[in-house]
Amino acid sequence: MLTYTIRRLILAIPTLLFISFIIFLIVKLSPSDPTASLPLTIPPDVRELIRESLGVNDPVFVQYFKWLKLMVWDEPLHFIEGATGWPVAPEGPRIISYQTRSPVMDLIAQRMPQTLWVVGTSYIVGILIALPLGIISAYRQYSIFDQVGTFISMVGFSVPTFFTGVLFIVIFAVNLGWFPSVYNTTHVVTDWDSFVVQLKQIIMPVMVLGLYNASQISRYLRASMLDNLNQDYVRTARAKGLTEKIVVLVHVLKNSMIPVVTVIALNVPAVFGGAIITEQVFKVNGIGQLLIIAIQSGDVPVVQTVSFIFAVLIVLFSLIADILYGVLDPRIRYD
Amino acid sequence: MTETADRTAAPAPATPALAAEFETYAAPRNQWWDVWDQFKTHKGALFGLGFFVFTLLFVFVGPLVWTMDPQFIDIRARNAGPSLAHPMGTDQLGRDTMARMMAGGQTSIAVGLTAMALALLLGTLVGVLAGYFRRLDGLLMRTTDLFLAMPLLPLLLVTIMLFRDPLRANFGPEGGIFVLIVFMIGVTSWMQTARVVRAEVLALKEREFVLAARSIGTPSRRMITRHLLPNVMSPIMVSATLGIANAIITESALSFLGLGFPSDFPTWGRLLFDATDWLTQNPERVIWPGMAISLTVLSVNYIGDGLRDALDPRIRGR
Repeated sequence: MLTYTIRRLILAIPTLLFISFIIFLIVKLSPSDPTASLPLTIPPDVRELIRESLGVNDPVFVQYFKWLKLMVWDEPLHFIEGATGWPVAPEGPRIISYQTRSPVMDLIAQRMPQTLWVVGTSYIVGILIALPLGIISAYRQYSIFDQVGTFISMVGFSVPTFFTGVLFIVIFAVNLGWFPSVYNTTHVVTDWDSFVVQLKQIIMPVMVLGLYNASQISRYLRASMLDNLNQDYVRTARAKGLTEKIVVLVHVLKNSMIPVVTVIALNVPAVFGGAIITEQVFKVNGIGQLLIIAIQSGDVPVVQTVSFIFAVLIVLFSLIADILYGVLDPRIRYD
Repeated sequence: MTETADRTAAPAPATPALAAEFETYAAPRNQWWDVWDQFKTHKGALFGLGFFVFTLLFVFVGPLVWTMDPQFIDIRARNAGPSLAHPMGTDQLGRDTMARMMAGGQTSIAVGLTAMALALLLGTLVGVLAGYFRRLDGLLMRTTDLFLAMPLLPLLLVTIMLFRDPLRANFGPEGGIFVLIVFMIGVTSWMQTARVVRAEVLALKEREFVLAARSIGTPSRRMITRHLLPNVMSPIMVSATLGIANAIITESALSFLGLGFPSDFPTWGRLLFDATDWLTQNPERVIWPGMAISLTVLSVNYIGDGLRDALDPRIRGR
């Protein structure tokens, strides 16, 4: 198991290198000019000097290796220094945003908490909704509950989050006036009242993403439960005189969760991607909004860094999913 | 499968016993009739098919009946609710929403169908090549894995933002964006099809009829087109439905983020995006495009569900 994990980790490195190079190339080879959004009054020779200072006149490979070194060596050291206070950070340049002229990692660190809050809570809410839905749907297959549940999860799976989000705003913010339509990230929770305000503003983005996740997970859980409910070991457990509750919730659920857990792990990066849209709907200034703003203003370093972080997430969580599969299912051994 | 489908009834000899058998003998039918029979038993799928046909009619035949120009500006009738003159109301410039829904649907569905076709073509090509030629397998499947590990939505956004202007200059404002969006969605969504097709081809390669075909000297090209492709039609058709749903949603998401088609060229996603600015004055404007996207995707997903059951010979006939 350990050797498998190490081998996969080593294999992940060329994958990430290749993806980072593709991201770099797409952004670099595009005909966009980093000085295009600057005022037109800047004379051409000064403009050329600005381009020189941004390092965009070097050969592509030189730029790529400079960026890669900053990305995988300098920036993590800066992160360690920021987190622990040890003076390990190297002197020299960092990845600087064209827009704000500040390190990209600082921008990401400012925006990460909001995204993590919304995405994290919505994923947990999604799992909490999906568990009972999937279990009861499978246990009472073809009952009214199952029919309604499968229909709802089909709807939740088909309706895009940008429509559910807008629909929620129309119903709960515009017509009923229960919740605010904009997520205020400067809000600080100090006492009960401010906690209620926080709860009110987070409930809509979390429910929109949560329902979408729940519908996906419950479909997998239902299918996996149905596979297991007809197995011989279930009949054995019943024949031993175990109560139905223990048979379903312990024996069957434990075995059904194996594929579902890996699906949950595999879907984490997709949820981050989906959060780009939800953040746009509810005006959450998270990492997705940072990406959109950076794309619109041609801020190449931010776009490259955020896309690379998404790529790392995908590779990391697919690795986690594979390892979890091996840990949870003793029949699967990677040797 | 298909190779047994067009067997015809043998001419009956004149003996009485066989004559009786001949009378009860039903002509063999095409296997697709069996598939259709099974498909009909899936209520959701049938309903989905009905709704999808309705949407196609609304979008492509509708403009012949409802002849209002989607770009016609009637500023005095702006922000109107549903009425007889404008069954779905008007927008902030007084353009008729129903006409715009039809025009937008044409683009959305056209993007969905073309992007799906491109993704299927790529996926089937990669899948068949990887499954059939062992030498290509490693390389093609590593490429597929790489594509699966890409952050697709950010990359889609970046490419569309960056390459929008040169393509617009070459193909015109609408054509350029259409080519770009269809190409990008197609290029980023073929991986699942490729994996499924490869697995099927690997299994088929071991079957006797393939061995028989090879033993009479069938060249690879005809082997693929004649024996393998017809037998991997089922998974391809199921991925086709999923592909349409995925492409429609992706296009709407891009338009919703303001990186899709220009605003004077409506698509359902663009109409939804434009309507969000008028949520408080005119909330019903977001309902039409949102419902159209959601119901189309839902119906396509149900068709996919029904097709998967209907094309599975283990379920069919039960």
